[in-house]
Amino acid sequence: MANHSTSHPTHVQHHFVDSDQQFDTAKLGMWVFLVNEILFFGGLFCAYIVYRAWYPELFQMAALELNTFWGAVNTVVLIGSSLTVAMAIRSAQKNQMKGLKINLLITIALAVVFMVIKGFEYAHKFELGIFPGDFYTYEGLDHPQANVFFGIYYMLTGVHALHVLIGIGLIFWIYLRARKGEFSSEYYTPVEITGLYWHLVDLIWIFLFPLLYLIE
Amino acid sequence: MATAEVSPASTGTKKTFKVKRYIPSENPKKTFFTEERGLWAWLTTVDHKKIGLMYLGSVTFFFLLGGILALLLRTELLTPAQTFIEADTYNQFFTLHGAIMVFFVLVPSIPAALGNFVLPMQLGAKDVAFPRLNLASLYIYIIGAIFTFIALASNGLDTGWTFYTPYSTESTSSVIWVTMGVFILGFSSILTGTNFIATIHKLRAPGITWSKLPLNIWALYATSIMQVLATPVLAITLLLLTMERFLGVGIFDPSLGGDPVLYQHFFWFYSHPAVYIMIVPGFGIISEVITTFSKKHIFGYWAIALSSLAIAFIGFLVWGHHMFTSGQSAVATTVFSFLTFLVGIPTGIKILNWVATLYKGSIEMKTPMVYVFVFLFLFSIGGFTGIMLGALSADIHLHDTYYVVAHFHYVMMGGTLIALLAGLHYWWPKMTGKMYNEFQAKIGAALIFIGFNMTFLPQFIMGSQGMPRRYYNYIDQFTIFHQTSTIGSYILGVGFLLIAYYLAKSLMSGERAGSNPWGSRGLEWQSTSPPDLHNFDHTPVVINGPYDYHKPMEEFQLGLANAHDEKH
Repeated sequence: MANHSTSHPTHVQHHFVDSDQQFDTAKLGMWVFLVNEILFFGGLFCAYIVYRAWYPELFQMAALELNTFWGAVNTVVLIGSSLTVAMAIRSAQKNQMKGLKINLLITIALAVVFMVIKGFEYAHKFELGIFPGDFYTYEGLDHPQANVFFGIYYMLTGVHALHVLIGIGLIFWIYLRARKGEFSSEYYTPVEITGLYWHLVDLIWIFLFPLLYLIE
Repeated sequence: MATAEVSPASTGTKKTFKVKRYIPSENPKKTFFTEERGLWAWLTTVDHKKIGLMYLGSVTFFFLLGGILALLLRTELLTPAQTFIEADTYNQFFTLHGAIMVFFVLVPSIPAALGNFVLPMQLGAKDVAFPRLNLASLYIYIIGAIFTFIALASNGLDTGWTFYTPYSTESTSSVIWVTMGVFILGFSSILTGTNFIATIHKLRAPGITWSKLPLNIWALYATSIMQVLATPVLAITLLLLTMERFLGVGIFDPSLGGDPVLYQHFFWFYSHPAVYIMIVPGFGIISEVITTFSKKHIFGYWAIALSSLAIAFIGFLVWGHHMFTSGQSAVATTVFSFLTFLVGIPTGIKILNWVATLYKGSIEMKTPMVYVFVFLFLFSIGGFTGIMLGALSADIHLHDTYYVVAHFHYVMMGGTLIALLAGLHYWWPKMTGKMYNEFQAKIGAALIFIGFNMTFLPQFIMGSQGMPRRYYNYIDQFTIFHQTSTIGSYILGVGFLLIAYYLAKSLMSGERAGSNPWGSRGLEWQSTSPPDLHNFDHTPVVINGPYDYHKPMEEFQLGLANAHDEKH
């Protein structure tokens, strides 16, 4: 409706009645997308359950090959980044643009720390010859299907790492927009929904860490 | 000028609006065709109507491709031995026919093409919730298509559309290109589903409560939920399959400690709900068309609305019936068999409610309505034969025979595609502003009905006598069935060509269609044909249900009287 759009604030797209409707819609859309993400990882978790039931002793042995200390550090790092992204949203709500930018930068820094640690873990595995599937050459594990555990390990952590990378990209984009002064307590929808995504990435790691590293 | 007390979707609390009647122009000066012109405007548009039409064009193109493959397959089967193509080529043709028809035609056909066009209009919205995401979904679809074409141009594909392991990890054909193509395509489906859910929840015009939603919206809502919940599982499955080929991850490979049946579980966890992703939107169209041409309120509104959701729910619990012969445990097969029968209940509720809607209606046999009757007949056969296949003892005999082929063609083609044709003929005047030739359209419907039954009825018979599916050669006793089937498929082909001809002709020289040629009470008909860029030049206000044919037309054409006085 033409006469409607003339009174719109600039951030409200033409097909929404007002800012609230746009905010609610974006948030609902993100929640639906997160459900879809959970199902995506759900397939891998399902494979994990099947093979853990098939080869319980393998999972116990193989988990010992993973470095629990660095896994725990990474867990703390990611939970910390969830806190800072929540603080970024809080800053936006209170119209504190400086706090918003600083918290976004800390979140990015923590995410990079996570990736660096993950990278060192992978590099160490590759040195030992623990490659996925056919390329598996490590002989330190006395189990004929040792590669199955690491196949699942690499798929789960690899797909999760991909999500972290996408998250870094998104948060950096939000930071650039914050620098241009696009956000205020009136409009911070992209900050909020990116935050939602980041919490999910964090949450999935919280499941991965005990499932892969802490098997007794 | 009057007032109406209705609740806007955004707040939910009742509010009094000043409303007045807006009579749509029969000869609109501005339409979405004229407001943005040129190729670039189309390629970069965020208008859901243009995106819907571009989807319709893409789907039609793929339908032509998949259809030509089907005719080539049927021609090869004219004689028991080789007729004109090699056995390997035959394997590639049936694989590509299946993959193209399922992933590129049936899944996106109704939601992304017709749904995109109609859904915001039925909700009285100016667009879908995320218009740019909607355009992105179209481009993702096209990228997925390009991947598939690369496969076609390189080594083809010979695994069957289900990509079963272990063959799919060993085949020398381009499995990776096609699975990555389908993987990418999945995102397009997820984005459409997400978009529709958000739109239905948040963008309804004032007065459209959940009990006044058109049944087409309920059907698309159920479909979107399935798309969002099932498609990611297919995505991870295909990703694992790709990794299996690249790295030999071993999750589906028994020689590395994996399990090929797990692949089947994963695949059908998506692909069985996908069957309902394909058919449920068709149910929505049938509900719309059958009320419009009976001039009568739908029988059992809530029964039809909720049975869509029931099908969506049960549809997630039946995937195991594809693995009755794959070495599943006896307990699992029994449970899956029982759950499969349950799907028949909500589906039967729909069929009976539609038939009850006809009772004492003033039935007008226009082309869309003809297709509804074709649908009721063919889809019922498809549904009943599905129950037979769900029965354990019968399925062991019928598994992987032409009986299965005939069953899913009766459901997918006799159901979804016929519903698509009903919807296409129903909304064609709205989409284009032009009317097609009614007589030619009825001839087309008759050709399709005859051709379809001639093609697929013999397949039930030869399937029950043991003719296996996907075979290149067959023994002489099946010759007569195969030949009848092939001739039927040619009639079907002629029928589709006729439809293409008169629809194209209507664009050039068709009569102008009025804003509401069928006298429907649906909101999408209370705008001009074709609509303008924002669908309505006012904010519609809805006080009646979409099928209240006993109420006068003026109550269906209300809109906010003075937008400036309303608080935004």
